[in-house]
Amino acid sequence: MIGNAPFFTVGILFMMGLVGIFMTRNLIKIAIAVSILGSSVNLFLVSLGYREGGSVPIHFLAGDGEIMVLPTPQAMTLTAIVIALAVTALLLSLIMLVWRHYGTIDVDEVRRLRG
Amino acid sequence: MNWNEHLPALLLALPLLGAFLAPLCSLGGKTLRNAMLVAVSFFTLLVAFFLWRTVLADGIQYYVMGGENSRLALPSGMAIPIRIILEVDALSAFMALCGAIASFAGALFSLNYMSRFTGLSRFASLYLLLTAGMLGMMITGDIFNFFVFIEVSSIASFGLIAFWRDRPAAVEASFKYALISQVGSMLILVAAGCLYGKYNMLNMAAIGSALKMGAMEKVALVFLVGSLAMKCGAFPMHMWLPDGYAEAPTGVTCLLVAVSQASLYGLARVCFSVYGIAIGSAFIPWMIIVFGLASMFFGVAMAVVQHDMKRLIGYHSVSQVGYMLLGLGVGLLVLGDPRAMAEFGFTAITGGLFHAFNYTMYKALLFLAAGAVYYATGKRDLNDMGGLARRMPYTAVMFLIASAAISGLPPFNGFVSKLFIYESSFAVHPFLAVVALVTSVLTLASFVKVFQTAFLGPEKSVFAGVREVPPAMLAGMAVLTVVVLGLTLFPSWSIANLAEPAARALVDQSGYIGAIMGGGM
Amino acid sequence: MRPLSVVVRTGCDFFAWFMIVFGVNIVIHGYMTPGGGFQGGAIIATFLAFLLVSYGGKKVLSWVNEKIYEFLFEELGLICFFVLALLGIGNSFFYNFLASPLGAERTGILSLISPAGTTVFMSIAVGIEVTGALSLVIIAMFRGIRQFSVPNLPEEEIGHDR
Repeated sequence: MIGNAPFFTVGILFMMGLVGIFMTRNLIKIAIAVSILGSSVNLFLVSLGYREGGSVPIHFLAGDGEIMVLPTPQAMTLTAIVIALAVTALLLSLIMLVWRHYGTIDVDEVRRLRG
Repeated sequence: MNWNEHLPALLLALPLLGAFLAPLCSLGGKTLRNAMLVAVSFFTLLVAFFLWRTVLADGIQYYVMGGENSRLALPSGMAIPIRIILEVDALSAFMALCGAIASFAGALFSLNYMSRFTGLSRFASLYLLLTAGMLGMMITGDIFNFFVFIEVSSIASFGLIAFWRDRPAAVEASFKYALISQVGSMLILVAAGCLYGKYNMLNMAAIGSALKMGAMEKVALVFLVGSLAMKCGAFPMHMWLPDGYAEAPTGVTCLLVAVSQASLYGLARVCFSVYGIAIGSAFIPWMIIVFGLASMFFGVAMAVVQHDMKRLIGYHSVSQVGYMLLGLGVGLLVLGDPRAMAEFGFTAITGGLFHAFNYTMYKALLFLAAGAVYYATGKRDLNDMGGLARRMPYTAVMFLIASAAISGLPPFNGFVSKLFIYESSFAVHPFLAVVALVTSVLTLASFVKVFQTAFLGPEKSVFAGVREVPPAMLAGMAVLTVVVLGLTLFPSWSIANLAEPAARALVDQSGYIGAIMGGGM
Repeated sequence: MRPLSVVVRTGCDFFAWFMIVFGVNIVIHGYMTPGGGFQGGAIIATFLAFLLVSYGGKKVLSWVNEKIYEFLFEELGLICFFVLALLGIGNSFFYNFLASPLGAERTGILSLISPAGTTVFMSIAVGIEVTGALSLVIIAMFRGIRQFSVPNLPEEEIGHDR
């Protein structure tokens, strides 16, 4: 049961991110919530690769142990972190442009597209 | 070196090379950058065409990235594929051809349309990245690589939709699209993680061969179907589509239409080739059918009341995606039943896929024509337009052809694919065919209104100085018109050579799996 | 942003260039330590953030030359990465033509990188590219604040309607 602790954390963080996107009014808080969502999925991917008693998955650094953790989820997580960075950079730049055009970053005011 | 062998990698490498070289080419001036954009799009189209010919002649093509031999899927006696493998079957080649045509037309159109913007080196780079991401989505055989290409194309489209940065609505549309797209992409990543955690493999063919339906697979399937339907623009998640398509510069909208079709391809690939008959219960197919019906009806209902031209065409996009989802859902529903499959299931899938190709062509043409009207007159609102047919005859004719195609008027290509969908959905339940027909009638009504308001009627005095758009933009529209007319004039050739091999490849899960798992050297 | 006090500016003088060395260390040893192109590149890009915080926007933005970041770093990294991927095209795209199995003996400079092969050079190319890209992001977002007018802005941004 204690071995499932990372997955519970993933669930809690994911819910926090989703609730943040739907409930907050400040656009920057929404961008932070998207980032939390990305972090929760990255934690999920890394914790999938763990094997009991495993060590670093690099041949000449692993030491004497015979079990290594899986390296593929680590590569997946790195890629997902880079992608989340690019999305965060774009979201923040868009928020700056929204502020310049609308004068406010309250999500209820930014509603010129209707119907 | 055998070029045929390297075609899948070349299909990805060319737009990427163009995207990387765009800032350098901009140093050489506007002409060099424009020439590079058009040349790279044209060569990508050639490569897609040759890849399609090769797949039709030789069967499923696959390419192992970074392997000792590009055909060695299971190296040194391993039981599972360990590298990223691009797997191109008839469906992938069909969609890649469709996307490459849309990309070329959009690139030609953007040469003149974007002349009043600055920062065009970034535009060319983002446009080619969006093309590379879309083509990557269509030919990859690895589920994490599919996620990466979805993200590449999503990020490029966030930047491109907000490119008209002086207009507040464009920035707002891009932000809202970014939020909903990011949530969807994270769900796709969770699904990929679930499948990886269960099977320790990322290759779609390998997962398909080892799949046994359980709780984890159901969760992954629900997340994948929900997110990919969101990216196509299906009903409950369609809010971003009219905004995003209307506010993007028009060449970009032309390409975004094809990118949504790549998500539809992903949906079909996951449901048919990874899960296949293991789906078991009829819940997911009925959900897809319900998404399709709702998109069709609500899309066209919202479209009839619009008076902004591009937004109206965007709402029609939502309803047309409903047709494709209906066709694929009906096919998925009867996948396990060989008799029903032979009766109407295969027709449904053929209709859905052929409709995807037709839809990309005529919808891109509609958007380009609307963009041409904006470029010439400066107006987007239908209330301000009138009598443009005398001033812009070529645009009017092409808009007329595209409107007839989307409304499903015989003999145009839209009618053929819609007929397949009506026939097959009637066999499941008559209500489905009734909704599809009503939607078609409302689409026709809406486009009669648009064409008559914008092009026919007395000419307004404010349009006295309006001239036809420059030749490059006409060339872009002409490419799409030629394809639409070709599909119209040769329907049986198109169905036999384009749609049916694709549908057969989609249904043939064992062929898809066997090319990687049973193959290799 | 205003320049901070002389204490902060002196600290910045000491440490800013060390950050670049630290980042380069992480990039180059990427094939055997947790690290690599992207992580090291992000660290090198904090050089510019450090300068911006300590010296203030006006001084840094008038000193920085965006063309170096755009063409020398970003383009060079991208082109190197692509060329390295293409060099193995005889076998397949992205083929690792410099790698050798673990037990084999290689001489000269190749003995340093032998199990990893081209991933070392691709990692360095990615590090260079990410440096340029993230520095450009920091500069662009800072210019967007528009609190002060900077002479010779690269080009006036026109988003079609102005």
